[in-house]
Amino acid sequence: MDRIILITGTRKGIGAALADYFVSQGDTVIGCSREMPDWAEGKKNYCHFLADVADEAAVKKMFRAVAKEYGRLDALINNAGIASMNHSLLTPVRAVQQVLSTNTIGTFLLCREAAKLMRKANYGRIVNFSTVAVPLKLAGEAVYAASKAAIVSLTQTLAREYADFGVTVNAVGPTPIQTDLIRGVTSEKLEHLLERQAIHRYGTYEDVENVIEFFLRKESNFITGQVIYLGGV
Amino acid sequence: MTKEELISLITTQVQSYNDNLDEPVDLSAGADSVLFGEGGVLTSVDFVTLVLDIEEAVEDATGKSITLADERAMSQKHSPFRTVGSLANYIEELLEA
Repeated sequence: MDRIILITGTRKGIGAALADYFVSQGDTVIGCSREMPDWAEGKKNYCHFLADVADEAAVKKMFRAVAKEYGRLDALINNAGIASMNHSLLTPVRAVQQVLSTNTIGTFLLCREAAKLMRKANYGRIVNFSTVAVPLKLAGEAVYAASKAAIVSLTQTLAREYADFGVTVNAVGPTPIQTDLIRGVTSEKLEHLLERQAIHRYGTYEDVENVIEFFLRKESNFITGQVIYLGGV
Repeated sequence: MTKEELISLITTQVQSYNDNLDEPVDLSAGADSVLFGEGGVLTSVDFVTLVLDIEEAVEDATGKSITLADERAMSQKHSPFRTVGSLANYIEELLEA
């Protein structure tokens, strides 16, 4: 579809699947992660940046390169995220800082720099990642859920701030998907979580792609500040 | 950049932005032309847009990335965004820092 789409956290998991999906749709995808993916070499219409989303200088450098190379950005998908699945009494503050830094500060930085570029075309789509752990208030995920609750608030407020520039900001809240992010969670706990969903199954990459495609459609220009949770949560 | 060059850069950006405005900024007073605050015509969205435009223009001209609307600027008794001249002074300070 010839869109220029920046996706964070594309080394593996949902980010890698999203990059593959949008390239297959004919879009140009710019990905980033702290380490190089093992699948990107030689991939057409894909460009990778080594960048930590919480590093302001690195993020600004990446956006300068995007502006120079492509001159515009149609969509930003803020997928990069890390989890800390642990009882809060056992969680060191260093882990709290890392999770907030990547999930919350990283999302803010990418939104800010993307909107600066998007405003020039008076058009843009930003999709952030929250999680069902926020409305479900999952014990053992206090820090992760707090960092993602902040994403809901950021999404709703940035939607108002960026509307004047033709940029929509929405969020998707996936259910558990079988990726590395949940590898530390016991199967018993995951089964219990699935029971609390209206539809009792794991999410898939295709479920996430579907919601994001909806937000990215040009016709979705009247939809902003919304959070769609998967699985009927 | 010299003060005169900065005044010229800001004036150019405001002139360009004036095309979007029903009531354009009056630049006839040169460096004393009012940008923001009492007597100004710009809204908060205009402020954000113009600040970003000027930051980018400064970076293009000097290669230096500056942040105009930081806590220091917003907390000053006399806003550096008041006139073309006061903004040029503030940018000059940032570039020399």
